Amino acid sequence: MLELNGIKKRFGRIEVLHGVDLRVHAGEVHALLGENGAGKSTLMKILTGILQPSEGTIRIDGAERHFADYDEAIAAGVGIVFQEFSLIPYLDAVENMFLGRELRGRFGLLDRRAMRARAREIMRQLAVDVPLDVPVARLSVAEQQFVEIAKALSLNARILVLDEPTATLTPSEVEHLFAVMRELRRQDVAIIFISHHLEEIFEICDRITVLRDGQFVGSCAVSEVDNDRVVEMMVGRRIESSFPPKPGVDPAAPVVLEAEEVQLRRGGPVSRFELRSGEILGFAGLVGSGRTETVLALLGAYPAARCKVRMDGVEKRFSGPDEGLAHGIGLLPESRKDEGLITSFSILQNVSLNNYGKYRRNHWFIDLRKELDCTTAAMAAVRVKAQGPHARVDTLSGGNQQKVVIARWLNHDMRVLIFDEPTRGIDVGAKAEIYALMRAFTARGHSIITVSSELPEVIGLSDRVCVFRQGGIVATVEGADINSETIMTHATTGRVEHVA
Amino acid sequence: MSHDTVTAPEEKGRGFSPASLLRSPLALPLIGLIVVSCLMGLASDNFFSLNNILNVLRQVSVVGVLAVGMTFVILTGGIDLSVGAVMALVGTLSAGMMVNIGLPAPLALVAGIALGLALGVVNGALVAWGRMPAIIVTLATMGMARGLGLIYSGGYPISGLPSWISWFGIGRIGVIPVPVIMMALIYAVAWVVLQRTAFGRHVYAIGGNETAARLSGVKTRRVQLAVYAISGLTASLAAVILTGRLMSGQPNAGVGFELDAIAAVVLGGTAIAGGRGLILGTLIGAVLLGILNNGLNLMGINPYLQDVIKGFIILLAIYIGRDWR
Ligand SMILES: Nc1ncnc2c1ncn2[C@@H]1O[C@H](COP(=O)(O)OP(=O)(O)OP(=O)(O)O)[C@@H](O)[C@H]1O
Ligand SMILES: [Mg+2]
Repeated sequence: MLELNGIKKRFGRIEVLHGVDLRVHAGEVHALLGENGAGKSTLMKILTGILQPSEGTIRIDGAERHFADYDEAIAAGVGIVFQEFSLIPYLDAVENMFLGRELRGRFGLLDRRAMRARAREIMRQLAVDVPLDVPVARLSVAEQQFVEIAKALSLNARILVLDEPTATLTPSEVEHLFAVMRELRRQDVAIIFISHHLEEIFEICDRITVLRDGQFVGSCAVSEVDNDRVVEMMVGRRIESSFPPKPGVDPAAPVVLEAEEVQLRRGGPVSRFELRSGEILGFAGLVGSGRTETVLALLGAYPAARCKVRMDGVEKRFSGPDEGLAHGIGLLPESRKDEGLITSFSILQNVSLNNYGKYRRNHWFIDLRKELDCTTAAMAAVRVKAQGPHARVDTLSGGNQQKVVIARWLNHDMRVLIFDEPTRGIDVGAKAEIYALMRAFTARGHSIITVSSELPEVIGLSDRVCVFRQGGIVATVEGADINSETIMTHATTGRVEHVA
Repeated sequence: MSHDTVTAPEEKGRGFSPASLLRSPLALPLIGLIVVSCLMGLASDNFFSLNNILNVLRQVSVVGVLAVGMTFVILTGGIDLSVGAVMALVGTLSAGMMVNIGLPAPLALVAGIALGLALGVVNGALVAWGRMPAIIVTLATMGMARGLGLIYSGGYPISGLPSWISWFGIGRIGVIPVPVIMMALIYAVAWVVLQRTAFGRHVYAIGGNETAARLSGVKTRRVQLAVYAISGLTASLAAVILTGRLMSGQPNAGVGFELDAIAAVVLGGTAIAGGRGLILGTLIGAVLLGILNNGLNLMGINPYLQDVIKGFIILLAIYIGRDWR
């Protein structure tokens, strides 16, 4: 039904797609796989008219098509959920979903009721409860992801591209999305699905196509391959177990950071936890369970009703991330594009953004030589794939942008790192390396709090796990209790104590 | 090799090939400057004389200096409409302190500069901590500064300044006018601050993505405060030049200069939304405006028509520069 033939794409003098083929049939879920920067998003932007191919053809139902922009693709029944969100922050979910395609009633006025009903219907299919009337800027990243998905679903497309839709979703939400995808498949929609979570590929996809460095590697049915084989096709080599061994934290290790009382909203539950030297503390929970708000509240970046924090036993009240930074606490926020990166900056400028103390010359000036050396080393450590440290971050692939934010913090001399969804969009190979770097960091006696919606990641990485539900911590588990059943049980049925 | 993490530093921005020059954000303003200069040169044979060029630069200096502070402010995504009025107020009060109060002239100048700086701090505090839109805050302080100058002086220029003050306006070192040297020094300092210090990078970062800058630990409010303070400072340095040129404190001076300063910044290729731009671009933009003024004058064009032509050229320049990266 859909045929891409010999697609090439050049940005300036650099070719990033070297003649890629892709065939997708109606009624199949087709996985598009490849490492960070392999060219998946670029290929999909070409399919949907957002980018123009330098060479190659697109055929739909045998007829050659050229889309000058996304609107033309939509008209031809092709829709996409972008990897980087494309929502207008001040509009609400309904307005965003129907932007430019508003339903109109009599006299050409907006038919808000019809749009709302349609939006609610789609959200019901997805089995999520996203507030429809607040500006999307106020929604969590996962909720925004659902708005983004709903927006694409409202197109009733015959060819639907999902570029890493599950990167910030927790397993149960992924299940709902998959249910919707299966229903669409039954209606003969062709779905192209991009994800770095390989287990999802085996659960939902029928066929796969693998790209490596802009080259077509192969295409086959899912049943013909296993996990290791897919990784080998993507990376070109085998990858050992991705999680470094847990050294086990000394129970007598000093407590670095202690949250005595965190209450996000008046009348809500009160959480307390402590972070010991040398440990990785995982925050698990469903979307909207208050993990992100809690870590932001620690640094004074979220207006919590109450927040009492001790650092090294001394009571502290941080008024913002700048004070946290001064005390050696760094925050990697959930959304790289909106909260993490200065997209108009180069990699180098992003990495050193808050770290000029390291490169000072004559007190006032930046030591450019040293800055370049440190950045180059930091980029190599997390394997940022780019043309060089001076490349603008908005020309990087999603996963590589994420690596830049990680590089910023690992380049720093911090004592505590708070990582909110650190490996969002990062491929399997690079993930293993980042986990190893995180362990190396804690091995020096420092500590990490990692918020992650990827259950295997929380389980494989954390020494202890705090499970969140409805705005507070309902359980803290360690040792053998760190397994998916226990965590999911707490996350869905844990007892929430409301305090006046 | 599937993991070609490129580790070799790119030789970008170091070598000066013609192609890299064309891709620089300064290319377009420079081309504009050359084109306009050539047109003016064709229209009047006087234009390319050393005397006229120095004269143009001397005329440019006041707006040129204002535009330095404006560049800092616009790079953070803000705007400062008060610079013309602050300049007039500082000039008027300095003159007043010399003539009416009898303060020694150097002291009066320093006090005036401190006052301009303080007004900038007020603007910055209102924007950064008061969380009010810059355009409204500085519109209000513009009105207040202008009003205060008029109240103090009763609307009349204050003259009778010591004659050496004119050195700042019309003096020369060798052949070069003093205000041109001052302007050059101020631009040099601004270049170093923006390109070589952490503060400069933070100015760009706030314009690029304030949330990301704040969450990564940049003291965004302090930086915002500082850029408005810098704008107040450059406004009062412009006041020193202007006072020297007019040999009096003029409460009505500099009406509309804030718009010329903004035009210079934007013509120089700085994004009005912030985050992108170069201080050298602003210098080119200011000179471009000055050449237009000078050339249209030399050609003897009706002053009202001059405004129309200037407006048209600004629109044209920005239209061409729209998609330039
Ligand atoms: N506008 C651009 N200018 C220059 N290079 C670009 C641009 N956009 C993408 N690239 C390059 O194209 C390559 C492929 O990027 P793409 O975003 O398609 O990767 P991806 O497979 O989607 O990776 P990820 O898994 O990280 O999302 C990358 O090396 C990237 O740097
Ligand atoms: Mg991508």
